Amino acid sequence: MAQRLPKSLIGFTAVVYFLLHLPILVLVIFSFNSSRYVVWTGLSLNWYRRLLERPDILAALKASLIVGICSTIVSTILGTLIALALARHRFKGRTVFEGLLYVPIVTPEIVVGISLLILFAALKIPLGLSTITIAHIAFNISFVVVVVLARIQGMDQNLEEAAMNLGADEITTFWKITVPQLWPGILAGGLLAFTMSFDDFVITFFVSGVGSTTLPLLVYGMVRKSIEPSINAISTLILIVTTITIYLADRFGRERARADV
Amino acid sequence: MAGVRERSLAWLHRRPQAQAWSLLGPGTFWLVMFFAIPIIIMLVYSFMVRGIYGGVEPGFTIEHYKRFFDPLYLRILFRTFWISVVCTAICLLAGYPVAYVIARAGRWKNLLLFLVVLPFWTSFLVRTYAMIFMLRDSGLINAWLLKLGLIQNPITMLYTPGAVMAGLVYGFLPFMILPIYASLEKLDLSLLEAAEVLGAKPAARFWKVTLPLSMPGVVAGCLLVLIPCLGSFLTPDLLGGAKQVMIGNLVQNQFSSARNWPFGSAASFILMAAVLVAVLIYLRIKDRSPLEEK
Repeated sequence: MAQRLPKSLIGFTAVVYFLLHLPILVLVIFSFNSSRYVVWTGLSLNWYRRLLERPDILAALKASLIVGICSTIVSTILGTLIALALARHRFKGRTVFEGLLYVPIVTPEIVVGISLLILFAALKIPLGLSTITIAHIAFNISFVVVVVLARIQGMDQNLEEAAMNLGADEITTFWKITVPQLWPGILAGGLLAFTMSFDDFVITFFVSGVGSTTLPLLVYGMVRKSIEPSINAISTLILIVTTITIYLADRFGRERARADV
Repeated sequence: MAGVRERSLAWLHRRPQAQAWSLLGPGTFWLVMFFAIPIIIMLVYSFMVRGIYGGVEPGFTIEHYKRFFDPLYLRILFRTFWISVVCTAICLLAGYPVAYVIARAGRWKNLLLFLVVLPFWTSFLVRTYAMIFMLRDSGLINAWLLKLGLIQNPITMLYTPGAVMAGLVYGFLPFMILPIYASLEKLDLSLLEAAEVLGAKPAARFWKVTLPLSMPGVVAGCLLVLIPCLGSFLTPDLLGGAKQVMIGNLVQNQFSSARNWPFGSAASFILMAAVLVAVLIYLRIKDRSPLEEK
């Protein structure tokens, strides 16, 4: 197949890929530069050392991890339950429900952020880590449903029927058969939810309060103040965290596929 | 404990609908409470009277929607629209050939797909910062051009419409490539062979077979790029500065310094309405396959 592609098309694709990855590559490379200017003067961990001198970075990392872990756990549970209902049960309005689940995914983040800000203000809930967590759970549920649903649809239903025929009730079957089989899918969904939470800037920006600065909020503040290579360093650290998470999510996704065979 | 368990199981057996809703319930509650209701409150706010220190006061008015006919705001709406449309067009022109190559790449397919998805999962803020790092006056592009002697003084690239577009295209190109790839992947190759046997030249095969059959992917891709472009806030904020204000920045401004929550809600709702219209158009087109039409 590959030989039928015209050379010009392959060249064009190569250029697009180059442009798609160049900015991040450059950003990472210059985080190790000893100079603050975009001239390569030698390898240095200077900018990473600078990060350690700032207590606010550690605090922001802690805030991001708390929000990320809490929102991931709740959204993964709620999303998985919805996915199970969609895959296994026929109920009134199922198609409409499934369609509506995509609305949070396509709604612009700024609309979600602003409307939540209005809600919290109307209910007089003080903005802080808890409001950020509530918001992150809300935007993550739909993503978890999509990921887990895809896994359930490839799952062997006969095992569950066999367990029920052998006398297990719904609850036992759920814990002993359904959950272990679904586990890799749930993990993949959860890891993706964590990435979304860890990376989110726009929604967090509107529902955060004084003293609840997550890592992306801190980076935004740094970018607005002045451009310096320590931002490259902190960006590189964020990239490392999300790349590891995505790699793990991908691996768990594959594990599931292997188990099917 | 055992009594509760048996009783609840017996109850579930009698009501299959209740079984489904006990699974759906918690998540649905969360989405209604923290997604649907906030948007409804926002819609209500957009018809209320502006409070002096932010917030709203009781009353009903459509003045906040009328304000969009003010030339100042019309210009922002217009700018948002044309920047988004141009970005979508660039993504389509750049993304279609890439999707086509991936779909025909044989054993390279998985690697190429992975390389498209990777930036998608990379923090949008970090990627926007990477663009600043490239584009600013003392950024990498200017440094390279100066070194090569192509320019004598740095070119101003940041805070121009071009910078905003570059940032948006860079940010959302994967949204265009993936759905087009998905529809090209599903394409029945025997149709192309049939066209070839019947004497269609490569160009004709593309325009008459491949392109029409990949239209669902093209439409999905265009909407998936257009929607986040219309609603973008971070990109025009960081790459466009004060001169390239889009609706997203207008909304943010009304909720921070301008303290006009009803007007901000109205602007936000216009955005939401545009998105819903786009989704409805997509749903209507999606179910119409070009093959079945004839």
